[in-house]
Amino acid sequence: MSTISVPLSHQAQQRRSFLLVVCCTIIGAAAQILLKRGADALGENPTMVHTALAMVLNPALLAGFSMYGVSMVLLVIALRHGELSLLYPVFALTYVWVAILSVLILHESMNPFKLAGIAIIVGGIAVLGKGSPT
Amino acid sequence: MNGTPISSMAWVLGGSFIGSFGALFLKIGAGKLKSSVNSVITNWRLALGIAFYLFSSVFFLLGVRNGELSVLYPMVSLGSVWTLVWSKLVLGEPFTRPKFIALGMILCGIALLGMGTHKPAPPGPRQTTSISK
Repeated sequence: MSTISVPLSHQAQQRRSFLLVVCCTIIGAAAQILLKRGADALGENPTMVHTALAMVLNPALLAGFSMYGVSMVLLVIALRHGELSLLYPVFALTYVWVAILSVLILHESMNPFKLAGIAIIVGGIAVLGKGSPT
Repeated sequence: MNGTPISSMAWVLGGSFIGSFGALFLKIGAGKLKSSVNSVITNWRLALGIAFYLFSSVFFLLGVRNGELSVLYPMVSLGSVWTLVWSKLVLGEPFTRPKFIALGMILCGIALLGMGTHKPAPPGPRQTTSISK
């Protein structure tokens, strides 16, 4: 899918960057959920050394941090092409995924505020996606 | 509804400001990348961008501990507004109407999300609701 070796048109590059940033936000949101799970599992530790050891040995935390790393790499690849001012606001999608994942995985409740917020953010991103540079 | 401490707002606003420089330097650094390992390692702009990002996340963590998310979340996303300004001033990207409309919608949406999100742990003395092992 992404192994096209011929130079892409400006439009196609912009779209690819946009989709890459969307991927970034999904991975970043999953990372946040993992970090929260990991942090919750840490509990109380008597000393800083114990805390540090518990952090290093915590698979959820490790996975969370590595996924942050992956999303950073994807972001850099995405930013090679396309306008920063179009791509950066897409990061707000992270909030949407975190809200959805929190309901699905952490069993937090969904409510009208969250639903309305998600709808308006997605609408805003759609406006950005359509508003290609003139 | 205890309001949001000024210190939390200051941390979050500071974080959004620093984070916007992270985005700017990542963009400039990414634009100078070539397909060699050397061009990644010696790219000081990328390194600076990553450093700004990590630094800003510390600010966010400190800021979001206290206060209301409906106030603090949009402040985090003010980073998009700063980034829009740097994109214009430094990168020469045009201001367009869709960008402003989208940013306004995103900030409203994030405020609503913040209003619907419960704080995981109340500030102050810890309640004994957490599961002890």
